[in-house]
Formats: sequence, structure tokens, C-alpha cells
Amino acid sequence: MSVMAHTPLDRWTLPRGRSYETVDSLVAAPLLERKTFRWRAWWIAFAVSLALTIMMLISAGWLLIEGVGVWGNNTTVVWGFAIANYVWWIGIGNAGTLISSMLLLMRQRWRASINRFAEAMTLFAASIAGLFPIVHLGRPMYFYWLTPYPNTMHVWPQWRSALIWDFWAILSYLLFSIIFWYVGLIPDLATLRDRARAKMPRVIYGAFALGWRGSARHWHYYEIYHMAMAALAVPLVVSLHSVVGLDFAASLMPGWEETIFPPYFVVGAMYSGFAMVVVLAAMVRWGFGMHSIITVNHFDVMAKVMLAASVIMGLSYASEWFAAWYGGETQDRSLIVFMFTGTYAPMMWALLACNVFIPQAFWFRTIRRSITAVFVVAVLINIGMWLERILIVWNTLSHGFLPSMRRSFLPTVWDWTLLAGSLGFFMLMFLIFCRVIPAVSMHETKELVHEEKETDGK
Amino acid sequence: MKPTVLIAEFTEADALLAAARKSRAAGDRVLDSFSPFPIEGMAELLGVTSTRLRLVMAIGGLGVAALMYGTEWFSAVIDYPINSGGRPLNSWPAFMLPPFAVGILAAAIAGFIALLWETGLPRLNYPLFEAEHFGEASQTRFLLALTVPPNRKTLAPTRARLRKAGAVAIREVPT
Repeated sequence: MSVMAHTPLDRWTLPRGRSYETVDSLVAAPLLERKTFRWRAWWIAFAVSLALTIMMLISAGWLLIEGVGVWGNNTTVVWGFAIANYVWWIGIGNAGTLISSMLLLMRQRWRASINRFAEAMTLFAASIAGLFPIVHLGRPMYFYWLTPYPNTMHVWPQWRSALIWDFWAILSYLLFSIIFWYVGLIPDLATLRDRARAKMPRVIYGAFALGWRGSARHWHYYEIYHMAMAALAVPLVVSLHSVVGLDFAASLMPGWEETIFPPYFVVGAMYSGFAMVVVLAAMVRWGFGMHSIITVNHFDVMAKVMLAASVIMGLSYASEWFAAWYGGETQDRSLIVFMFTGTYAPMMWALLACNVFIPQAFWFRTIRRSITAVFVVAVLINIGMWLERILIVWNTLSHGFLPSMRRSFLPTVWDWTLLAGSLGFFMLMFLIFCRVIPAVSMHETKELVHEEKETDGK
Repeated sequence: MKPTVLIAEFTEADALLAAARKSRAAGDRVLDSFSPFPIEGMAELLGVTSTRLRLVMAIGGLGVAALMYGTEWFSAVIDYPINSGGRPLNSWPAFMLPPFAVGILAAAIAGFIALLWETGLPRLNYPLFEAEHFGEASQTRFLLALTVPPNRKTLAPTRARLRKAGAVAIREVPT
């Protein structure tokens, strides 16, 4: 019999992980007793992601020297990869805080094992996302014109523009997420301070722990603040990705004028974010041997969320097509025909396969409880979501009102290197995060262990 | 008798809470507890119930949101009015998002400052940090700090009570 069969569905830790010391040593040992831990896989991943990061820097540098012409953008398809990458990354960047705060408000105890690295994922993905609109500007050095500041030109930002909303939404969200993440980290930093034997880690973790001592009074205030932050995070995240949706919806182009965009973008963000969390959870679990606190049940429940999201995504796509047909506008109908038969049709089918059809496998329990299967489907969902973002940009821009202006987008090597490089940069930051900061929240996992011990045998 | 703080060490949160309740019923003064995660019911026992933290967050958030809206209004109506397709200069529905986003951020910052204020952190050193095994409180142990009223002659009954409640170690910390 496998261990799996013995794991009841309402348990989020394995019996062997159900002790405070086990949780602490599982999470803290890789950080404090590095020598006892095998880092080979980490170094290989680090080297690969460092190489990709250098590639990103080179392609961004070449872009800044040569201009947007190095990409496949043309006078018709003006938005190309950069904006699709931005939407994709910000979607992933949305999910960590959304998942963490929503699950907290809904008292889903299993969040304890995943919230820390999901929030870290948010910080890195949102930071990367913020870079794409800037490099996409023809003159990136003037990006600060988005901010309202007294200037000799006597001009102010156009507050009615969705792009200005974007700027404020991303800026607020990123800073908010850093605070949310850091406050959740303080008790764990105190644990590391108290466990560290060497002086340097003790001093550094100690300084960032702010002298946390686990006093009952402090916990009381901490919990109130954390809960209030979660309650604020949900509307902030929803507004952030709604604004991204409005970048598209508030236009006159065929296919870019639908009121369903804001909610559909928010669900899409949660979808791709959960898929990325699954990928990272599988890697953290494997890399640090955290089988007893990141269990099959976690993958099972995340697969269920992704299944629900895939159904909502399918309905959103269908409502998009239905609205085009029912509205009767020639241009809109012709766009739908172009989607399924035009230049990018194979990508459209791949998108539907990745986002809508393949995730239906999650209806089956055996698939949900196979970590390999969930991992593979999650990677496919990430690819599918990227295809969705790029097709939203390409299809509409390639098939505008004036047939003589219609052109296709052909990505250049610099489009691909910047995309792959940004993935490498994301991995690089995540790997560094795993090496210096506890990847799983120790205090919340210990609380979970406490609750599971209490109800054991009942 | 000189006032002495007793630190009783427990291996479980529930044992600590039960011991704290018993000690309090017997007349001892429960000062605080130190634990790796929050113990439900401990804050109520210590009488920490109200806090102005959320009020501070609300004031900070709404204040900065108003300031942001004021900036938009001033720039779009007074300092740089543009007629954009006949839309009103003060297009308040379109102006709502920046105040909303910035207001939430400001509430978070105000709350963080209030949290530091309420907890007295950052305070990198604390007298109890010198106590033996105090570092365990962030890891696996639950510590209860209490003291006895000055008219008591001996600590023995308190110690016995704590032992009975499951304390694995009891240490005296001079004040």
C-alpha cells in the first residue's frame, strides 16, 4: 500500500511531519545548515537561470540601443510580445497574494504550506511584468512621465486613461504585496534567528525579525493586521487585473470592446497563477524533501480549483464568440472566423486544448492525485494562458477594420530571447529566495500541525 | 518577598492555556505568553481586546485616497484643463481607480506603522532574551510568564500548580 492511500482527505500533513520540530528542521535546515544539504540540483538550475538572465539583459540592452524595431512589431500589430508577456506575468503576479489572502479569509488551513512561496512568486512575477510596458515604450527613459509631478512642461497625466490606472494599480499592488509578505515572514525570521548557530545569520535574520518574541499581545495585533490586510488584498487584486482587462476592453477595435473582459481577466490570472503555484510547489516539495508538509492532498485541491477556473475560462471564451455572433457586427463575426481559420488558427486550437480541454482530466481523482500529472497539466495551462494573452493581442490587431492594413506578426529572435530570459530571471529570483528565506511558512504550518494533532483519532 | 517572574515551559499550546486559566483563578498574575504561533484565547485572558489598529488603517487609507483624488481634481480642473471629447473636466468615475489603489496601499502602510507602535517593535533586545532557552519560544515550546502577588510568602504552591498543569520546566527570572 502506498502512503497516499493512508492519507485522509481532510489532513494536510503526513503523520511523520506532525511535530513542531520536524516542521522547523525541514524548513530551516536548508537555510542554516547548508552543508548538510545537497545543493547540486539547485546549482544546475541556478546556472541555467543565470545564463537566461544574462540573455534577458543582452536582449533588453539591444532593444534599448536599437529600438522597438528589433521585435516583430509592425505598424499594424503594434503591441506584440511585450504587452502579451506583461499581461501573462501580471496574471501570475496577481495570483500569489490573491490565493494567499482569499484562502486566509475563507479559513482554508492548507494554505499554510503554500502561501509563502506563492507570495514570493507574486513579487517576482509582478516586478517582471512591470518591466515589459516600460521596455515597450518607444522612449523608455521617459516612463516617469506617468507620474504626476510638477514639471516645466506644465502637463499632468491623463487620468481618464486605462494606462495611467495600470501604473497606479501595479505600483500599489507591488508595494502592498511586499508589506503583506514581509509581515507574514517576521515570526519565521525570529525562528531562524533563534535556531542559527553562526553569528552572521543570527544578526541578519535577527535584524529583520525586528525583535519578534512571540508574545501573546503581539500575536493578537499581528492576527488582526494580517486579517485586515487579506480583506484589503482581495479587492486590490481584483481591481488590478480588471484594469489590465480594461486596457483592452475600453477600445474600439473588434474583439476588444467586451464588458466581460475584467472578470474574465481576473479568473485567467488566478488560473495561470494556480498553475504556476503547482509548478513551484512540486519543485519545492521535491527539492527540499517536504513531502510531509506539502502533500498529495494539496495538489488534489489545487487541481480542483484549476478545474473550476478552466470551466469558467471556457464559458468566457464561448460568451465572447456568442456576443460576436449575436451582436451581428460584420467585423466581429469576421474576427471570430479569422480566429479559427486565419493565420494563428493552430495556436487558437492549442490554446483551447491547454486551457479548456486537457484540464478536464481533473474530473478524475487518479489524475488529481498524481503529482506528475498535475504538474504536466499545470505547465500546459501556463503555456495555454500565454497563448491566450498573445492571441488577444495578435488576432484583433491583425484583423482590424481596414483589410488593406491587415498584417501578421512574425516574432524575431529578440522576442523569444526576452520572453525566455524573463522566465530565467524569474527562476533566478525564486532560487535565491529559496536559499535565504524559508520557502514555507513555519509558524502557520506549526499552527496547522497543532490543529491536526488536536483532532487526531477523533 | 522580592517580586520574581516565573517562566513555565509547556510542550503544547492547550496545556499552557489551561495552566494560565488555573493560575489566574488561584490569584497569580499572568503576565504574558510566548509561543511559536498564536494561542487562541490567550489575548482575551490577558485582557487585550480592543485595538485602534483598524481605525488607523481606515483613516490612513481614506485620507490618502482623498489626497489622490484632490491631486487628480486639481490637475484636471484647475491647473491643466483639457476638453477631451466634451467630457466633464471632473470626470469622477474615471478618476476613481488611482485613489482606490493608492488608498489601499496607504492603509497597509498605516497599519504596519500602527502594528509597530502597538507591539513596541522593532526592539532588538529584550530582557527575557537573556533567559535560558527563551529562543525555544519561537520554535517548539510555549512559555508562560507569571508572577505572584507581593503578599505571598512562597512560590511553592504556584510551582506545584504549574507542574500539575504539565509544565516541563519552571525557571525564575529576577526582575
